[in-house]
Amino acid sequence: MSPILFIEQVLNGLQSGIMLFLMAAGLTLIFGVMGLINLAHGSLYMVGAFAAAAVAGWTGSFVLALAGALAAAAAAGAVIELLVIRRLYDRDHLDQVLATFALILIFSESTRWLFGSFPLYLDVPAALSGPVRLPGGILYPAYRLLIIAVGLVVAAGLFALIARTRIGIQIRAGEADREMIGALGVDISKLYTLVFALGAALAGLAGALVGAIQSVQVGMGEPVLILAFVVIVIGGIGSIKGALVGALLVGLTDTLGSVLLPIFFSSFLEQSSATAVGSALSSMSIYILMAGVLLFKPTGLFGEA
Amino acid sequence: MRRETLLNIVLFALLPATALAAWMLDEPFIITLATKAAILALAGVGLNIALGLGGLISFGHAAFFGLGGYAMGILASHAQSYAPLMESPFLIEGTKSMPVIWLVAIVTSALAALAIGALSLRTSGVYFIMVTLAFGQMLFYFTISWPAYGGEDGLSIYVRNGFPGLNTLDPLTFFGVAFAVLALVLWGAGRLAKSAFGLALSAARQNPERVETVGLAPYRLRLVAFVISGAITGLAGALFADLNRFVSPTMFSWQTSGEIMVFVILGGVGRLFGPVAGAALFILLEHVLGGLSEFWHIYLGLILLLVVLFARGGIVGTIAGREVAHD
Amino acid sequence: MKLKSLITAAAITALSAGGALADAHGGKLKVGMITTLSGGGAGLGIDVRDGFMLAIKGNDQIEVVTEDDQQKPDIAVQLADKMIQSEKVDVLTGIIWSNLAMAVVPAATAQGKFYLSPNAGPSALAGKGCSPLYFNVSWQNDAFNEAAGAWANENDIKKVFLMAPNYPAGQDMIAGFKRFYKGEVAEEVYTKLGQTDYAAEIAQIRASDADTLYFFLPGGMGISFMKQYAGSGVEKNLMGPAFSFDQGILGAIGDAAVGVKNTSHWSKDIDNEANKKFVADFQAEYDRLPSLYAAQGYDTALLLVSAMGKADVNDAAAFQAALEEADFASVRGKFKFGPNHHPIQDIFMREVVKEGDIVTNKILGVAATDHTDVYGAECKM
Repeated sequence: MSPILFIEQVLNGLQSGIMLFLMAAGLTLIFGVMGLINLAHGSLYMVGAFAAAAVAGWTGSFVLALAGALAAAAAAGAVIELLVIRRLYDRDHLDQVLATFALILIFSESTRWLFGSFPLYLDVPAALSGPVRLPGGILYPAYRLLIIAVGLVVAAGLFALIARTRIGIQIRAGEADREMIGALGVDISKLYTLVFALGAALAGLAGALVGAIQSVQVGMGEPVLILAFVVIVIGGIGSIKGALVGALLVGLTDTLGSVLLPIFFSSFLEQSSATAVGSALSSMSIYILMAGVLLFKPTGLFGEA
Repeated sequence: MRRETLLNIVLFALLPATALAAWMLDEPFIITLATKAAILALAGVGLNIALGLGGLISFGHAAFFGLGGYAMGILASHAQSYAPLMESPFLIEGTKSMPVIWLVAIVTSALAALAIGALSLRTSGVYFIMVTLAFGQMLFYFTISWPAYGGEDGLSIYVRNGFPGLNTLDPLTFFGVAFAVLALVLWGAGRLAKSAFGLALSAARQNPERVETVGLAPYRLRLVAFVISGAITGLAGALFADLNRFVSPTMFSWQTSGEIMVFVILGGVGRLFGPVAGAALFILLEHVLGGLSEFWHIYLGLILLLVVLFARGGIVGTIAGREVAHD
Repeated sequence: MKLKSLITAAAITALSAGGALADAHGGKLKVGMITTLSGGGAGLGIDVRDGFMLAIKGNDQIEVVTEDDQQKPDIAVQLADKMIQSEKVDVLTGIIWSNLAMAVVPAATAQGKFYLSPNAGPSALAGKGCSPLYFNVSWQNDAFNEAAGAWANENDIKKVFLMAPNYPAGQDMIAGFKRFYKGEVAEEVYTKLGQTDYAAEIAQIRASDADTLYFFLPGGMGISFMKQYAGSGVEKNLMGPAFSFDQGILGAIGDAAVGVKNTSHWSKDIDNEANKKFVADFQAEYDRLPSLYAAQGYDTALLLVSAMGKADVNDAAAFQAALEEADFASVRGKFKFGPNHHPIQDIFMREVVKEGDIVTNKILGVAATDHTDVYGAECKM
């Protein structure tokens, strides 16, 4: 493999990590603040993608489509928080898993009922449809650079939100001591709705951005949900920094594993079995990574016990 | 008689009553459904030992369910093609005998549970949920891409395996076999919960520090519970494979783990007969709602949601009251 | 909701007809259709069902019981038991996926039921596992790929890059292509089943010196890949079996698919009366363009009706002989069965084009004439 190709694959790994971060950030935020395991996070991602496809279909504008995705996912998040999720905060993880599993069923089939059984059309804006030439001669899709940029902006925004703003202070206080901030006169239920809607909006944004280069279809949220859980568990649940590091680790492992493992095995196996063994191992690689991290750090890289 | 005991008797009688009624009405498919409920309930009883008694939320029990299934699939497919499993250093032949297959399924999944449990139990809480999920996913992807036993296509066994002295091809007889196993395991699980080990395990769930001061290691208690739990779910997997005469990687998927968990929660976590009630209701819903609408998952989701939100303690908990609630 | 009313209408006609003919099973026949109607793969099952129902519209001799297998093999097996034990159907059909077919078909034929496959043709059922009661009305899994390999030989394709998901159907597809293709293989890449991001593979394709990419990525995987490939600036010839370029999927890929060559046994522009009628009727009935799955469902029903005219289903040997004749006007034009009950048919090379605003397929030529599968030799029936 040439060095240029290797660098390109590293870039691909980072890029796929950033995509995962967009998804994982909301999940880890919701867990960190409210202690809630939300399996329906993938459904909010799907809502974002479908809303974007619908708005893009009506208006032809990608910017409006993104806005629509943010609004639809935030609204869906707020609604399920008010109706269902807030009843789950003081339940154990088991009830949360089952209730949000039920929400997945409801979201998926309702979406199919509304939009039909066929994948929807959503494309990248024309201005970003081609590749650009990076230093070193690497041709790289412009749209993927946009995703990297958005991911970094979101990461910076979240750090700033939590470190510098009033809401951030309340969020941190709430993580540390839930009763305390209630006693200080903060409307905790409003804060929780807000945080949940924010997390949902992030999932919706991820769905819309990623939906433009993937398939917008019912069930698109579940595989990425599992990956996002792997990410936040590796990073330490509740930690935004952990989510970022975990996402990059997972992205790199997944991408480089699928590229390098078949090459590695072909050095001592014949070609076809090397490809088969390498691909099999690479599809297991991120789970092996996660199990490995948890063995040495049982609460993830940046988690607190 | 306590209300829960009465309810348990009703629940226990429900499945054989359904199967017998279906037999008299000549509705063999209903017998198949009752068999499925008994087998899935068995998987749930297994999970319930980890979940209810040990407080270990495993999101990876599909691993054991699938291993049990593949134990059946691999042994039976070798017997079907008369090709030995291995010839050196010693000969291992395939088999179509249920007791042998069950034994292999139990031992395989117990060993897997020992390995997975020993590693996973170093973590707790959400991390435990996710690391068990990770092990399940590893096995799922492994079976999909491993070509020897059919990969994603799975393995078909053309004739159901045999049990000495019984005609397992008859739906009612096979139901009887599955139900007898369920009854035996329920009896064992009931004894386990009341044994010294069960009490120590319960104590470790509620207050690990106190157990440690008595000189018991919570880690070892939990590991033993996890192994027993995995072995029972593995046995259920072997029976489930025999019900369908087919195994595939779907048995390893995280949705399978989720469904087994749903049976337990729906029925009532930590209740001996909870998984029986949960599995029976789930299959009833699947059967009835599936016939009503193409979009029946919406209704299934709504019902599950209502149970979690408003019927705490699941079906058994709601009907029998909270007199022996585990928390 | 046109669909629902159609099914209800079919049920009502079936019921009323059932009343009139209650005493004699006569020429009447009960079909059990097990197909995928919910979840992400529902589009294919719905198309097969709609094509089938369109062909038997107004036919009061056929009663259809439809059930949703949720794309889960264990559910499919149980539904087959139900259809056979409780519904007492005469013929089973409808399954979309190879792994579900492998779970259901051997058991169904062992219980003496006819099975007509409207999609999916695993090699085991064409070879050693063939059955006199099993008829494949679609294709053996390798067919489109073998035809593509043959076409590549004749169209100056020298070096290919092969890509498929790492599961049995993917491995079969690659093997099928290589069986006929005589040129050079630059690289063979297996992706993860259900993979959504193909940046790493696209970088490998860019770096490769192959002139053509041949790939099999069904469903959402193909959509994701095509969108990402379009944005990458890599310009190699693209070729694959029709599954990633069918009508239900093209709408989601859009312009990015234009120019892709794909092999299929059916296309909406095949010039014959049966096909013209089918395409027009399907659009009139369901208000969308038919897909190859719909065409297969339609042909399956036509085959069944043709056999019913010749023999009673209760006389299995006669009914089997009637099915073997395949005496119906297929929308594909030519259609007959080989000795292993798999099709002998032409496979076309199509190209994705834009007609007005609609992205669709157009036939370029025949890739393989009277193509049949290689497994028939192993079939002893």
